[in-house]
Amino acid sequence: MNKKAIYFLGMVLSMVAGSAQAAYALNLHAPVTEIARQIYDLHMLIVYICLGIFVVVFSIMFYSLYKHRKSVGHQAAKFHEHHVLEIVWTIIPALILLAIAFPATKTIFAMKDTTAADMSVKVTGHQWKWEYEYLDKDVKFISNLSTTEDQINNRAEKGENYLLEVDNPMVVPVGKKVRLVLTAEDVIHSWSVPSFGVKQDAIPGFIKETWFRADKPGTYRGQCSELCGKNHGFMPIVVEAVTEDKYNEWIASKQEAAKTANAGADKVWTKEDLIANGKTVYEKNCAVCHQASGAGLPPAFPALTGSKIANAPIFGADGKYLKDGHLDRVLNGVRVMPSWKALLNDVEIASVITYERNALGNSVGDVLQPAQVKSAR
Amino acid sequence: MSTTTATHHDDHAHDSHGHPTGLMRWVKSTNHKDIGTMYLWFSFTMFLFAGALAMLIRLELFQPGLQFVQPETFNQLTTLHGLIMIFGAIMPAFVGFANWQVPLMIGAPDMAFPRLNNMSFWLLIPAAILLLSSFFVPGGAAAGGWTMYPPLSVQGGMSVDMSVFALHILGVSSIVGSINIITTIFNMRAPGMTLMKMPMFVWTWLITAYLLIAAMPVLAGALTMLITDRHFGTHFFNAAGGGDPVLFQHVFWFFGHPEVYIMILPAFGILSTIIPTFARKPLFGYASMVYATAAIAVLSFVVWAHHMFTTGMPVAGQLFFMYSTMLISVPTGVKVFNWLATMWKGSMTFETPMLFAVAVVFLFTIGGFSGLVCAILPVDIQLQDTYYVVAHFHYVLFSGAAMSIMGGVYYWIPKWTGHMYDETLGKWHFWLTTIAFNVTFFPMHFTGLAGMPRRVPDYSQQFAEFNMISSLGAFALGLSQLLFLYVVIKCIRGGAKATNQVWEGAHGLEWTVASPAPFHTFETPPLVK
Ligand code: HEM
Ligand SMILES: [Cu+2]
Ligand SMILES: [Cu+2]
Repeated sequence: MNKKAIYFLGMVLSMVAGSAQAAYALNLHAPVTEIARQIYDLHMLIVYICLGIFVVVFSIMFYSLYKHRKSVGHQAAKFHEHHVLEIVWTIIPALILLAIAFPATKTIFAMKDTTAADMSVKVTGHQWKWEYEYLDKDVKFISNLSTTEDQINNRAEKGENYLLEVDNPMVVPVGKKVRLVLTAEDVIHSWSVPSFGVKQDAIPGFIKETWFRADKPGTYRGQCSELCGKNHGFMPIVVEAVTEDKYNEWIASKQEAAKTANAGADKVWTKEDLIANGKTVYEKNCAVCHQASGAGLPPAFPALTGSKIANAPIFGADGKYLKDGHLDRVLNGVRVMPSWKALLNDVEIASVITYERNALGNSVGDVLQPAQVKSAR
Repeated sequence: MSTTTATHHDDHAHDSHGHPTGLMRWVKSTNHKDIGTMYLWFSFTMFLFAGALAMLIRLELFQPGLQFVQPETFNQLTTLHGLIMIFGAIMPAFVGFANWQVPLMIGAPDMAFPRLNNMSFWLLIPAAILLLSSFFVPGGAAAGGWTMYPPLSVQGGMSVDMSVFALHILGVSSIVGSINIITTIFNMRAPGMTLMKMPMFVWTWLITAYLLIAAMPVLAGALTMLITDRHFGTHFFNAAGGGDPVLFQHVFWFFGHPEVYIMILPAFGILSTIIPTFARKPLFGYASMVYATAAIAVLSFVVWAHHMFTTGMPVAGQLFFMYSTMLISVPTGVKVFNWLATMWKGSMTFETPMLFAVAVVFLFTIGGFSGLVCAILPVDIQLQDTYYVVAHFHYVLFSGAAMSIMGGVYYWIPKWTGHMYDETLGKWHFWLTTIAFNVTFFPMHFTGLAGMPRRVPDYSQQFAEFNMISSLGAFALGLSQLLFLYVVIKCIRGGAKATNQVWEGAHGLEWTVASPAPFHTFETPPLVK
């Protein structure tokens, strides 16, 4: 039996060794901020201390297991107390802990110091995506997972950054102190980028702060770190740290894009264009719950195909949108259904509603124009 | 109090004439041994069920991508795995031990309140039915994690209400059971057994019972607020109505941290019983063990927010909870040193219970160290809600609590059944469990350090190898427990006749009665010198 056990252990060890060779992540991410570096060093310090204690303590135990066996004729001693020893092994660990507590305390103070930031970004957690708003820059966007359904369901090859890639990454300049103010729309999420040594819960109704200063350009990835429902595993965080020039270019291009998007709000759209645009918006934002086919996942997420709301009139006789009607639901949400007012622009809301009413097995036939959405807000 | 004891003696005289047989023997049982047996079987059933859920979890995590279960179902599996293991498997197992062993160890004829004892057990059944059947209600089982944080748990369906109700019932059962245990220990010890002469197992349970009485009502409070938020329009945890979602976490963990010690202190008691027996040497530092246990119990109420380091508490709060958490590892260390000193210069043999005990000392210490790593706040920022935490709590809960329970079963089962278990199979079970456990959970330290979040049904490819190893280990770990079931059944059915003493080095009153322990023991109290 023992032979088998050893054989099995050997197999496992070689498997582990094999994966270690494949440059497998065995430790914390390579730090790119001062805080992450301090955390890395602190962790190594503790690991070495623990390993040291472990080796000493268990060498003693295994020595004893080997020597003090009945089968080798060892007679049991009678002692059952030793006050000096007991005091020593209480005091020494306490002193070791004190030695660790000192650098840890310094790092905590540094982590908490969000003053003198060069810029601030508001981060909002939504089920299941992140929203970034560059305060006083008029830049605001949603960052969605860009791994496809097919990749997740094993119908397509998985890419290098499977589950760690987004359509719109957050972009920051290197060397600048970026202050994050975090909150959430629905449930608690947690914004985390290991290379920065940052993990901060985003809590609905509260604003929490943290900060980082990346010192190397690069793309840094993390994942939501607080269970937030069905797609908790599918809302990654990607931050690109770039030179200041590139950052300014990026900000300018984002501002430009927002202008063009708003321009579309004033023209009258054709039904076909709205439906085509609505399909993209739907698949990006709505399909996670209501499914690409519109079948939903009842009872948590109702079907849109044949749904009462999607097939009833949007506006009442007085020209105002009906309470609990289609537009009301999309603009304001209810319970688990988020409010899209702040997340989607007029064109997107008009397109997606038109799409839902004329596709997914519905054929109401009417059209919602961006201008109508604008005046309904 | 003495009147209680007296009336209850009459009960027994009454009972022993014609106690019910067949099913009614169990339904109406007021006998501590029968009730202990029922607790242990209940616990083992729940252990297998929650283990089956874990097999499904590991099946889905075998490879990147979604293969077997959808994300929503996955969350139900992790939630119910946690709830059932904690409240259905580990806690009832220890109560089973308390029922069997506390009266035997202190020389009492039974528990102080036999009818309440019956009630504490039978309350478990509706609670278990609520938890298990919640998989079949619309929307499926609760999916917000065993910690049930709002607002997520406010979004859930009726299964959340069912789980909450189940926990309320289990809380009542635990509180009633604890009152019973405390009363028994204080009032029914054999003449001459002073508190400082009590077996260590009895001490750990006495302290655990106080923890339960203090902690379970706090959980009930948090859950009740959750229910009123869900259905009656209150806003305890809803910021829009002036509440605070983080308040729930504070209240929950004020219960939750003592809860983890509720699950480990009786295990410490079992270790402190097994190790001296097989070292043939008295427990080292008995008095300091008692003080260390009490210190851990008191400290366990002031460390709760180490589960909330990423919520963004003010600096003062963060520092306080970091320091207090570091402090609690000192008495924990003292216990480990005491066990080593008990083994030192002993005359050791390694029957299955001892193998489990030694492995627990070794593996629990690994869990203690990873706890210490998590206690260091800046480091925990990297580790919170990653697989590192999953590794930590399985090292303390599986290789700490669950493996102590297994060791305890092997240790006392000859007394319970009158037969020796099959030593060869017992050793097989030990080695399979220990190896499979480490294959399953050790790699999680690495995936956690590298940033793999917990409670996710899918992961990026860099974690693929370690997850596959963990899954293979988990399947082996799951299967090995069927062997345990077989060994136990085999032992009940037959086997070498156990002597009264059972183990050469065993001390204590339970070894003075016959094996199997007769239905009634210590009807006249023994004298302890
Ligand atoms: C040396 C003693 C210990 C220390 C310093 C310690 C420290 C910690 C810390 C800081 C965490 C939070 C980690 C995080 O979520 O980021 C944690 C989690 C946990 N610990 Fe321990 N721990 C110790 C012993 C134990 C014991 C004895 C048990 C149970 C028998 C236990 C059970 C747990 C559980 C269940 C969790 C995770 C709960 C969850 O989030 O679901 N720990 N521990
Ligand atoms: Cu999440
Ligand atoms: Cu804790």
